[in-house]
Amino acid sequence: MNRPNLFAFIVGLVFGLGLLISGMANPDKVLSFLDLAGAWDPSLALVMGGAIAVGSIAFTIAGKRERSLIAEPMRIPTRRDLDKPLVLGSLGFGVGWGLAGFCPGPALVALGAGETGAVVFVVSMLVGMAIYELIEQSRKTAEA
Amino acid sequence: MTIDWASFTPWSALAGGVLIGLAAAVFVLVNGRIAGISGILGGLLRPQSGDLSWRVAFVAGMIAAPLLWAAMTTLPEILIEASVPMLVAAGLLVGVSTRYAGGCTSGHGVCGISRLSPRSLLATVSFMATGFITVYIVRHAIGG
Repeated sequence: MNRPNLFAFIVGLVFGLGLLISGMANPDKVLSFLDLAGAWDPSLALVMGGAIAVGSIAFTIAGKRERSLIAEPMRIPTRRDLDKPLVLGSLGFGVGWGLAGFCPGPALVALGAGETGAVVFVVSMLVGMAIYELIEQSRKTAEA
Repeated sequence: MTIDWASFTPWSALAGGVLIGLAAAVFVLVNGRIAGISGILGGLLRPQSGDLSWRVAFVAGMIAAPLLWAAMTTLPEILIEASVPMLVAAGLLVGVSTRYAGGCTSGHGVCGISRLSPRSLLATVSFMATGFITVYIVRHAIGG
């Protein structure tokens, strides 16, 4: 395994462990966080807070670098425009998140834990992503 | 709003969040990439040479996390309340939407906010809003 792939595996592993420890891999806990009108469990706000606290230090350093620590090119997004796909996509994502209590990362972790419901969600999510690819490809073909 | 103090797990939430932040930090500093799960998965469906193996390694790491955990101790509870049709609908919606949005909870919510991206701030506000509204409708307006 080359170095970028080895690090990608380790990062995926640590990310997954973080999701498990934090409770985010449990849809029931996610829905309790999203349920402001019920018995609200604010825990997941601290997951975001903890992650952003560490992340903002790293991204400040990363933003000043031309190359990564193993000389990989820095691939940090540069777009700053606010467009319709961003907003509509995010709104739609929130609906799906609220329906099942799963977002992409935790669903993968729950799949690894052998949860049948997570397998159903992940397969459907991949189908959804494939639909996006098909729509975008046919749109590009129509434009060309 | 009533806070469910019995379910509130501030320390594990914070610890998990810090691990997630560390994973995102290592990924940007070492690999020069954003740890955004929907983008990493979506790229698997649009294979380009040299761009596939790191995605597979990352996803393998995430799925390996619960396996590693289970090898050492009991996995934390993962409770999925949603029915199979609901999981299919939510999965499809999350799949299509996160691709249009260009990110999900990890790419926009953690990495994007960490680097103060205006697109990610808007995305996060949007999916949080519909997440809260969806759970309100499902649990209180039509459920109960």
